[in-house]
Amino acid sequence: MTPWAHHLVIAPVVLPLVASALMLLFDERHRTVRATINVVSTFALGAIAVALLRVAEAAPGPAAVYLLGGWPAPFGIVLVLDRLSALMLLLTSVLASASLVFSLARWHRAGVHFHALFQFLLMGLDGTFLTGDLFNLFVFFELLLAASYGLALHGSGSARVRAGLHYVAVNLAASLLFLIGVSLIYAVTGTLNMADLAARIPAVPAQNRMLLEAGAGVLGIAFLVKAGMWPLCFWLPPTYAAASAPVAAIFAIMTKVGVYIVLRLWLLLFGAGAGASAYFGADWLVSGGMMTLGFGLIGTLAARDLRWLAGFAVLVSSGTLLAAIGFGEIAVTGGALFYLVSSTLALGAFFLLIELVERGRMDGSVLAQEAVPEERDGIAEVEVGAATPRTVAILALSFMGCALLLSGLPPLSGFIGKFALLTALLNPAGMGGGGAVPPAAWALLVLLVLSGLTTMIAMSRLGIRAFWVPSEQALAQVRMIEIAPVVLLLFLTLALTVEAGPAMRYLQATAEAVHAPQSYVRSVLSMDGA
Amino acid sequence: MELILALGIGVLAGSGVWLLLRPRSFQVIVGLSLLSYAVNLFILAVGRLRVGAPPVLQAHAVADPVPQALILTAIVIGFATTALFLVVLLAARGLTGTDHVDGEEREP
Repeated sequence: MTPWAHHLVIAPVVLPLVASALMLLFDERHRTVRATINVVSTFALGAIAVALLRVAEAAPGPAAVYLLGGWPAPFGIVLVLDRLSALMLLLTSVLASASLVFSLARWHRAGVHFHALFQFLLMGLDGTFLTGDLFNLFVFFELLLAASYGLALHGSGSARVRAGLHYVAVNLAASLLFLIGVSLIYAVTGTLNMADLAARIPAVPAQNRMLLEAGAGVLGIAFLVKAGMWPLCFWLPPTYAAASAPVAAIFAIMTKVGVYIVLRLWLLLFGAGAGASAYFGADWLVSGGMMTLGFGLIGTLAARDLRWLAGFAVLVSSGTLLAAIGFGEIAVTGGALFYLVSSTLALGAFFLLIELVERGRMDGSVLAQEAVPEERDGIAEVEVGAATPRTVAILALSFMGCALLLSGLPPLSGFIGKFALLTALLNPAGMGGGGAVPPAAWALLVLLVLSGLTTMIAMSRLGIRAFWVPSEQALAQVRMIEIAPVVLLLFLTLALTVEAGPAMRYLQATAEAVHAPQSYVRSVLSMDGA
Repeated sequence: MELILALGIGVLAGSGVWLLLRPRSFQVIVGLSLLSYAVNLFILAVGRLRVGAPPVLQAHAVADPVPQALILTAIVIGFATTALFLVVLLAARGLTGTDHVDGEEREP
């Protein structure tokens, strides 16, 4: 890597910061300027993410370790770019671009500071994926949470404020748990750098091990709240159902932040090399993930409108991921990563689509809350008018695509993700290698198949109610700029299906790297800050 | 010193948790504040308690600076989020007409 390209690693953090600071110079009357800055920054982030992914793909271990201020690793702050973080960066950028373009049609006018908060959220997300120490993980995590509080309330209205109150309270309490966990780990090991922690944990004396595991457990709770593991997930469906559509779409990646941190920290700190603490808490992850999956599938059946259905689909997705990660097998993790990408794209598209489908049936009160008073007339009037048959066809096709993706039926990528996951579960010793299948794997298989079935039932039930309705309740007109992001996200999953081979190779290599953290530890600690 | 600090953390955390579980939104916010004080003191305690030790300027027997930095960050962030929560609380009070955390009074 050239010296100039090396600094690209910090660009996903710096660019949104500069962009959102720049936006503060313009007040609400210059909304177009703000929107332009936001679009430019988000698309630039997408380009940067692609560049970083290519760099990460080429390198054998972590592609780049960026020392802020040039301080050597365990003392200074590090950003680490490897395959996993590059993948998450790209996923964030794709989802962000889609929901931003969608919001430009009208949602960004529904409240103040949407664009600035959006950029701060991106900064928090990117920072969380890149950071190499627990201290900055806390800072970036709080940053993304603070921006998400503002975005969850975007558009105001009593339903949003009510759900937002719970969301904020739950997450503030979880942040306190985060601090307790971090400080317990620091008390035992004397470091907060993740690589340094991984190197020191095998040597922790037996009498301190309980304190360390307690700290890791408390820290884990904080992330599992974010990932929505049962029974820590009751805040999630109401918040996601109440949030405005573009915000809900970008929130689809926020539960994956929790999953990402669990994957990264758990395998780094408590992987096979952690001595007496190896795979600490694996049973909890597996059983908790399966409980989440069970709760999610009951919820999808019980959901009476599409927004709640989407909220529970988020739970199904994160339950699947947590349980799969808990198995601690390389092949299972690889399949889980494929499922993560596919389900995040599908959920993002679904959240956007729901708003388009339900717009025609929205009663006046909902619309009124969404728009700022002085602009309400302008927005509401333009949108009235029935949809053309072509629009209905596109909407219905997209809905079908989402249903296939979320329930994991062929031919789209949801099926490939689930198939890879199940194949790996049933062949613990490699393809055709035999070996006993653990009972937990059978349980997960049954739950996964069941969740596909219930998602399908719920989606067809609510889809029939949405599309096959008498004409007086027909769908409203939608604009090109609103349907395009949905179609684009679905096309990406189609591309993921067609290019499943290369994608799967990349993800398997990612899983192998995550399961063998020695090279990660070595490359971080060998940086001397020169 | 240890006893006083431990008692202080315990009392703060206990009252914080109790208030957090109360139905009024103002009690929740006070509970969260008390809890964050308890957590800040706890972080100070895990960096080992030393009275009168200098900061890192000298080579031996120094006070650990990392927990202090962590506390400072936590205080700043906690301050901001508490302010934001207050705004949400006021908005909820205005929109729903009650200060119950669920936005509606439970029937007696």
